[in-house]
Amino acid sequence: MLEFVNFYLIPGIVLGSIYALGAIGVSLIFGILRFAHFAHGDMMTLGAYVALPLVVGLGFTVYAALPVAMAGVVLMAILIDRLFYRPLRDRPTIIVLVASFGVALMLRAAIQFAWGPHSHVYEKGFRKPIVVEGLRIAERHIWIVLLSVALVVALHLFLTRTKTGKAMRALSDDPDLARITGINTERIVAWTWVLGGGLAGAAGVFLGMDTQITTLIGWNMLLPVFAAAILGGIGKPYGAIAGGLVIGIAEELSAYPWIGTTPLLDPTYKSAVAFAIMVAMLLWRPSGLFKGRVY
Amino acid sequence: MADLATFLAYPVSLLTIGGIYAVMCLGLNVQWGFTGLFNAGIAGFFAVGAYTSAILTTPAHPDYLGGFALPVPVGLVAAMLTSGVVAVFIGWLTLTLRSDYLAIATIGIAEILRLIVKNEDWLTNGPRGIPGIPRPFEGLSPFQNNLAFLLLVLAIVAVIYVAMQRGLNSPWGRVMRAIRENELSARAAGKNIMARRLEAFVLGSMIMGLGGALMAHSIRFIGPEATEPLLVTFLVWVMLIAGGSGNNRGAILGPMLIWAIWSLTELVTRQLPSDWALRSAYIRVFLIGLALQIILQRFSRGILAERPPEPVPLDDADREGPGKGGSVG
Repeated sequence: MLEFVNFYLIPGIVLGSIYALGAIGVSLIFGILRFAHFAHGDMMTLGAYVALPLVVGLGFTVYAALPVAMAGVVLMAILIDRLFYRPLRDRPTIIVLVASFGVALMLRAAIQFAWGPHSHVYEKGFRKPIVVEGLRIAERHIWIVLLSVALVVALHLFLTRTKTGKAMRALSDDPDLARITGINTERIVAWTWVLGGGLAGAAGVFLGMDTQITTLIGWNMLLPVFAAAILGGIGKPYGAIAGGLVIGIAEELSAYPWIGTTPLLDPTYKSAVAFAIMVAMLLWRPSGLFKGRVY
Repeated sequence: MADLATFLAYPVSLLTIGGIYAVMCLGLNVQWGFTGLFNAGIAGFFAVGAYTSAILTTPAHPDYLGGFALPVPVGLVAAMLTSGVVAVFIGWLTLTLRSDYLAIATIGIAEILRLIVKNEDWLTNGPRGIPGIPRPFEGLSPFQNNLAFLLLVLAIVAVIYVAMQRGLNSPWGRVMRAIRENELSARAAGKNIMARRLEAFVLGSMIMGLGGALMAHSIRFIGPEATEPLLVTFLVWVMLIAGGSGNNRGAILGPMLIWAIWSLTELVTRQLPSDWALRSAYIRVFLIGLALQIILQRFSRGILAERPPEPVPLDDADREGPGKGGSVG
């Protein structure tokens, strides 16, 4: 039982928190800009790499580098929107999706150019996990989950308490109605990138803390993150959180030896779990668990 | 003769690979150009085709599935069939939903196929890949063989082009464009949207599978790097959009042009010191991405713009109008 919690459930919750942060952004962007943002994974990669020189070069702690990484990704996201997505605003949204596909590769190429193809870590060596009555938790895992919760609470307060947040939800629910009430769409779009980009940056740093940093970490997140957003219901940030946790935990638990002693599913096929859940959801209930929108 | 062979070796290989990319672009053109279906998993269909044909045509090997040693044409046909089966599955799942879902599902299936290719050693020999894939015309000298293979590729491009051109100008092609331009009015006119979309998606994917198989036979080797989304999916997209999506000639010109630029710049960067050669590879990817953005924003019609199908005399259109679409929905 303890083995189950230590090696499957806890990593699942950690991974799920990271997925949730990415999925919130994907869901918000889909809700407001109406396209599946294919560069979201590579924005996470960017977050991980912005923090890297601060931690390795300047000796920052990862937690001090986190806000810088988030800010860096926010700026980049707004810049990318201005340069590559805004000019296509009045075209079919699928064209913006094509553009975001191109942005994904440009981002990755730029990161590879600047940092090289090798993998990196924030912190060398092994840190002893905290052990309480047989329960083993790595310190970084506690921090990842706590900081994710803090970010989600901040997002919740923003969406429900501020005028901008309310306008954002209004625009996602009914764009025409929102526009005639005088909501400035471009301002809301910029805020969408602030939230989506910031959370993607944080997710990238957390992912880098949990594993190692390669130029593909974000791209590999794309499928589970989309699956989480669909599972939660497109345009529903709270659904995306639930979706992220479900996908993350399901991926880790799929490797548990439920039957016999071998893993139920080979861990290399983890992302197939996300895909299977997504496919089942599309068949059974495309609006997602939280009654999002089907486009 | 030998001098001529060395002189022509590079252009022949350039045209061969360009032609194979043209096959894939013609496949994507059916999906995106005609019907507006976004396929982000070209690499997946490419891999299915390439590995199907490779497994069926290579001699037996203890490490992976094989030993059928079937003739190359059988491999090509089988490649189209297996890609088609995968496409039916994906299409059936997602074609009733908005195109974004199709994009997500195709990228998902491509990633899973990439995992299978990398990890299932018994089937694909894993990271080591499958070597020794035969080519047709093996009896000829190397140069004559390359030339013959080029002619085969060009013939396949020509056949697909003629078929697609006829398709585009037929009632079928007009329904496709109608669905892309205005799904509601196409539905109101009694067209079966789902069936037409599935046809376009499956047909396009089968052609991509054929492209994958041709590539495997062309370079005589297939490994997991070939399924890297960048080299297949993205390049094919840029090629089609640059050439002019919706235009079959554009779907041939685009790949030829982009492939020429892609591999000629590689010739240049290969001369650089190795550190810079690696870095310039990233610059090339970045520039291709930037080129895509510029084309999308400024030259969205591509080099050869889409042309509407030839107008049909009114009474003809009347005759085929109602009967064609079948049941509603």
